[in-house]
This record gives sequence, structure tokens and C-alpha cells, in this order.
Amino acid sequence: MQWLNILIQGSLLGGIYALFAIGLSMSFGIMRLVNIAHGDFIVLSGYVALLVTQGTGLDPFSSLAIVVPVMFALGYALQRGLLNQTLSGGLLPPLLVTFGISIIIQNGLLQGFGAYDHRLQEGTIETASLHLPGGIDVGVYPLLVFAVAVFAIASLQFLFYRTGIGRAFRAVSDDADTAELMGIDNRKLYALALGIAMIFTAIAGVLFGIRTIFDPAAGPIRLILAFEAVIIGGLGNMWGTLIGGMVLGIAQSVGAALDPTWQILAGHLAFLAILILRPNGLFPRTRD
Amino acid sequence: MTLLRTQNLSACYGDFQALFGIDVTVEPGETVAIIGANGAGKTTLLRAIAGALATAPETVLFDGEPIGHKTPHEIVRLGIAMVPEGRRLFPSLSVEENLLLGTHSERVGPWNLKRVYELFPRLRELRRLPAPSLSGGQQQMAAVGRALMSNPRLLLCDELSLGLAPVVIRDIYQCLGAITAEGTTVVLVEQDINRALDASTRFYCLQEGRLALSAPTKNLDRGALTAAYFGM
Amino acid sequence: MAGNVAADLAADLEPVRVERATKASRVFAGLAAVVLAALIALPWWGNAGWMRLIAEMAYYVALAQLWNLLAGYAGLVSVGQQAYVGLGGYMLFYLTGVWNMNVYLALLLAGPFAGLMSIPVSFAVFRLRGAYFAIGTWVVSEVFSLFASLILVLGAGSGLSLTVPILREISPERDVRDTMLYLMTLAMSLFVFVIVYLLLRSRHGLALTAIRDSEPASASLGVNTFRTKFIIYVATAACTGLIGGLIFLQKLRISPEAGFSINDWTVVVIFMVVIGGIGTLEGPFIGMLVYIVLRELLADYGTYYLILLGLLAIVIMLKAPMGIWGWVIHRYNLQLFPVGRRLRLEPTDDSSKR
Repeated sequence: MQWLNILIQGSLLGGIYALFAIGLSMSFGIMRLVNIAHGDFIVLSGYVALLVTQGTGLDPFSSLAIVVPVMFALGYALQRGLLNQTLSGGLLPPLLVTFGISIIIQNGLLQGFGAYDHRLQEGTIETASLHLPGGIDVGVYPLLVFAVAVFAIASLQFLFYRTGIGRAFRAVSDDADTAELMGIDNRKLYALALGIAMIFTAIAGVLFGIRTIFDPAAGPIRLILAFEAVIIGGLGNMWGTLIGGMVLGIAQSVGAALDPTWQILAGHLAFLAILILRPNGLFPRTRD
Repeated sequence: MTLLRTQNLSACYGDFQALFGIDVTVEPGETVAIIGANGAGKTTLLRAIAGALATAPETVLFDGEPIGHKTPHEIVRLGIAMVPEGRRLFPSLSVEENLLLGTHSERVGPWNLKRVYELFPRLRELRRLPAPSLSGGQQQMAAVGRALMSNPRLLLCDELSLGLAPVVIRDIYQCLGAITAEGTTVVLVEQDINRALDASTRFYCLQEGRLALSAPTKNLDRGALTAAYFGM
Repeated sequence: MAGNVAADLAADLEPVRVERATKASRVFAGLAAVVLAALIALPWWGNAGWMRLIAEMAYYVALAQLWNLLAGYAGLVSVGQQAYVGLGGYMLFYLTGVWNMNVYLALLLAGPFAGLMSIPVSFAVFRLRGAYFAIGTWVVSEVFSLFASLILVLGAGSGLSLTVPILREISPERDVRDTMLYLMTLAMSLFVFVIVYLLLRSRHGLALTAIRDSEPASASLGVNTFRTKFIIYVATAACTGLIGGLIFLQKLRISPEAGFSINDWTVVVIFMVVIGGIGTLEGPFIGMLVYIVLRELLADYGTYYLILLGLLAIVIMLKAPMGIWGWVIHRYNLQLFPVGRRLRLEPTDDSSKR
């Protein structure tokens, strides 16, 4: 039964990791841009939510109504104003520019909020749990987060495969030059892509900030967890990313069961093992 | 009024100059062929017109307006559409999705999905399949259909016959005839000289980035053409 | 018959010379020698504070040259080199503290140890490309850091300290010790620079530049891209390990956070290379100077100087991606450390060829 518990907790953990990964996956899939500051944007969303909850008295879930549009606008402006210019220079410019952004966000948050831990408070839902037969306790909150992750991926799949905009995203992802020759404004589309990615990043940041304490330096580990979920699952496959997140979560839960301090390390080791044994991930789809 | 005119059009890829002062005109309703050996600059010329290569504004005029500096998607909105060399359908999209992508520019006109399927009936049967699963000829038809969906006033066709069997090429050029009968102006780049000359009323011959010959296709002097083609 | 034709053709060709040095580089070599002599003599005309600063500049330049070699020449953009700094440092502390090894011997082993560890690492990370490779190297560094924080004999979370007896092995006297450590750091930095310089001047350097410019093209010409990159990666790791050993020998303490700190050993180094000029030998020197100056100027402003560094890197990447020195090369066609090859045609006065 203990193992079933581990499996369930780990799988649910996969929900938040998949949510972390969506933004990263989108910007790589559509723009071939790996946003090194991705984790810092997750943390930034948490801090924005903190400001909103402190300023308006709203609870974190409701604060999303403000945080999401703010992060969307930030992503749109960032891509349009800055990142679009890095796309034609090869590997280094996007990497180093987003690296620079990461440093700026971390240190900006440090200056603004100090090195202290913060957390968003949502109330009783944080600790509520369902008591299932067989002595299994499932936290309501992790279940909720997992459900949000599933819903997020499903809505993205709908966007990509059943809408005109999604069609344009897929076309640009395939062949950006030809897409432009067909009348698509790539620059606007990329900006929209990052904006949408930021929506999910914001949701991830708020949901995560309720569950765990965060500080200005918490960004890099989020990036790494998102990255591991994407690689384990396989590039180019959103549902694969969910599975990847679950595998990561389960590996971490196994590690934590052996010794709580081994949790993150266990996840890294599982990631490296999969990287060596199945370099394209478990369910790869992308051509390149 | 001349539909398309290039004035002293030059274009470079980095340090390499591909076009030297090209002057080309295209009147509404015409079919003009651009021929020349490999590397003569034919595709470069089309790409420069379509906006994929940056050029000085006044070097390309569409309806009298300078468009040399405009981006490709702006040019599509103005009414120029490209059937790229090698088809370049989007592999992740189905045939129908590829066609629908052509509507992104939101231009109005006679072409829509129904009419494209009338022109290319085979495509209707194949429409849900992923684009890469089509044969070369079918892909070419889909690429033409995709360009038509933006209701262009000027259609640029780059190497329609590339890699296709003669029978297939014949079919495609028959469809092209239907398109031009509608009044669409066409510029076609072709390696297959006879095809190009059969389908067009006027032609330009490029040689190493320069205009070597321009003449009506009727009563063509083959000797002069050969000399221009090979730069003798 | 054929032999005569060949001889005639050969006689027709003007002889060519391959030239390595330029006029600027000769002048510069002279200046550099003077500066180097002054730095070596520093213990006798400067003070401990100066020596510490120059030592810091020396090991930063060395780290920057190595990162530049990896990223600017071999195209391996690693954000995980701090792993080898930490590995080198920990190996030094472990061998001297737990095995009572002589400190010089331990230092000599620190580098090869890091190099050895980089071999299995490369099996994992070489599967990744581009930015994903970067993050992968970061993950690896985190793994080492976590291991270090969990292993008791390595001091777990608190780390290890260098005890006085170990320091006395270098010298019982403080002043002599400071001088020894300073000179060792200077020597190590010079050593790393010479290795990088010779490598880039050699056939392998040419291969690297080819790989950097176009991997498929160079592969098709017979350059073994995987082996070349692998060798560079391992060699860089070993040198970085040696530097790590020296750094922590002088810091006297190591902990997982300090040893594997991405901020200290990677962020700063990357900025130096990028601002100075990636893919050039001169760039790391310039970048290091810019960083030190900025740090001293903004010492009172806390984290603002890191924000400024971030902004600077972004601006440079957008406006002048070749960095300060790249801009100089572009403008003045100047190269101080000659790694290129120029063909010089020798005029021949033999006009009667047949």
C-alpha cells in the first residue's frame, strides 16, 4: 500500500511539473526559443500574485484574474520588443539574452522583496484530503492541480488542432519562412505564443506558490524541473510532457520515501538515466 | 497600368550578389515566364518580389506602389502569392489545413475551398491526409491551391515541374490554364523551357543574375534564346 | 611526359609563405612580456591585497578562456562548468583532509579527477543539443552539488575546512604562503592560456573553427566532430578542476553552495566572455577587466551590479554580438594573439619560365 501511495503522490506531483513545462514547451516548439528565464517567470508570477493579494485582499485563486492578463501582456511585449530580435542570430543570442533576463528578474526580486521566503495563502483547501478505501489519502489540492494541468493541456491541444490560430502556430513551427510567404505575420504570432505561454506560466506560478514557499532564487530549479519533464516525455508532445512530469514526480516520491533529502536528487538521476537510455524521451514526436 | 514592375533590382545573399539591375514588367492578365540555367537567379527574383529578400523600396512596384521594403506577409495582403520551389507544404498539417492556411491574409475573391477542390478534384479525396503522404504531383496541386486561397492578383510559380513526371506536369499546366483564364496574372519560373514557353505570352531569360533576353514567345528565335541561356 | 607537365605547372606557380604573426601581434607580445614580468614581481613591490585581486583576476581569466574555448570555438554552450570547479575543490579538501595527502599532490590530482568525472557526464549531456545541452549541464552540476550536500565525509551541507597543518605544507610563514599561492595561481592561469592558445593555433584549432562555423560541412570534410568536442570537453573540465582546487585552497573553506555556485563560477564567467568578445582570445581579458571595474565601482550597490551586468549582456547580444573585441577586430582588423594563417604570395623575378 505504501507503494501505491508513492505512485499516486508522485503522479499528482506530475501535474504541477507539467504546468511548469507548458510554457517552455510552447516557446521551444513554436519559436525554437529556450527561455532560460522561464523558471524566473514562474516565480515572478508568484510575486505578482503576492502583490495583488496583499493589495486587494483577494485570495490567490481570484488574483489570477489580474495576474494572468499581466503576465500575458508581459510575455507579448517581451517577445515583440526584445526576443524577436534574437531569433535570427543562431544559438547564442536567445540563450544569453534570456540568461540576462533571468539574472535581472532574480536580482530585481531580491532588491524588491528581499531574500525572504513567501507563500500564498489559499486556506483550508491546502491541507484537505480525500480518504480513499485501502487507507490511501489523496490531497485535494494536488488533485486539483493535476486536474488543472490536464485541462490546460487539453485546451492547448484544442487551440493547436482546431483553430485557425493553432493552424498558424503549427505552420510557423514547421517552416517559418514559408509561413511568412503565406501571409502569416511571424513576429506577431511569436509574441502571441509567448503571451499564451505566460498564461500557463502564471497559473503554474500561483498554484505552486500556494503549495510551496518561494524566494527570488527559486526560479532555476523550476526551469530544471520543467526541462526534465519535457525531455523525459519527449519533445513536441504535450501529453508526453504530462507523462514526463508524472515519471519525474514518481521518481522523486520514491527518493523521498527512502529519505526526504533525496527527493530532488532522485528526480535528477531518473532524468539522467532516461537521457542516456532513451535520448529522445518516452514519446517523441518532433522531427528535429 | 502595369501590374508589376521591377526597376534596376539587385539582390544579395550576404556578400554574394545574385541579381544585377533586373528590369521586368508584367501586365494584368499576362502569363510571363522567367527562364535560365541553374543559379541564374530566377528563384531569387521571385523571392525578391515576394518580399523574402530585402530590397530598396522603389526597385519593386506593384500597381505603381513601391513594395521592395515590405515584409512577405504584407505583400501577400496586397495580392501577390507564391507557390514556392519544392512545394513546401507544412508537414504537420493535413492537405485541407494547408489550403486553409492560405486564407490567413483574409483577402476576398473568387477562390475558396470549394473552388480549389473543383479545380483539383483529387485533393478533395485526400484532404484529411497529412501533406507529406501525397505524391509529388498532388503536393504541387495542393501548393498551388494554397496560394490561390489568398485570392492573389499575381501568382508567382517557382519550378512547378520540379521532380515531377511528364504526365503530371501536363495536368498541372492544364490547371494553370484554367487559372489564367480567370484573369489571374502569373509569373512562372521554369527549368523546362518548352513548358514555360508554351504556357506564356512573354518571357525573360536570366543568365548569372543579369537579364540576357526578353521577347514575346510567339515567333521565338531559338538561336538567340540558346545564346542568352548559356551566356554566349 | 606527365612528370614534365607537373614540373612545368609547379614552376608556373608563385611560391607562397604561410604567415602566422602580424605586426600588431609582435608589438603586443613585447608589451605583454613587460606586464607579465611586473606581475611576477608583484610580491616584492605590491601588498597582499593586490596579490589577492590579481590572483582573482587570473583565475577568472582562466575560467573565461576555458568557457570561451568550449562555447565560442567548440560550440558547446555549457551552463554547468561550476560542477568541475566544485569537483576540483572538493577533491583537494578530501585528499588533504581525509587522506592526509600532500597538498601539492592533491592539487595535481584535482584536475584529472574533474576530467575523469566529465567522461560519464558527456555520455549524458552530449545527447542534447543547443540550449537543451546548456540546461542539461546545469542539471549535472546540481546533481554533484546535491551529492556533496548529502555525503557526510564531505561535510554534508556545511562543507569542509582546510586545516592549518595543510596550509603549513606550503609554508609555515603567512607571507611566503601568500606569495606561493599567488605565483601558483598566476602560473596556472598562464598555463591554461598557453594551452588554449597553442590548441587554437594548431590543426585542432582549425578543426574547431570549422566545426563552429558549420558542423555538417566540417563532418563531411572528415573532421571527427564528436571526438574533437569530447576531447575539448574533458580537457576543459580537467583544467577547470585544477582552477577549482586553487581557488578553494585560497578560500580555505568549501561548501556545496560555494563550490558549485552557478553565480560565482558561471554567470560571471559567461558575462566576461560575452562582453569581452566570444570566440576571440583577447575577449576574456577585456571582459574580465570590465567586470572587475564594474564590481569595484558598484560595490556599494548590492545586487544592482548584477542587474547591470545582465542588461549589458542583453544589449551586447543585440547590438554587438561579437563583444567589445569582436567590434575591434571588425573595425580595425586587429589580432593580438595570432591564431590565424595568412597566405603571402612571394613575388618572383624569374620571368622566363619556359
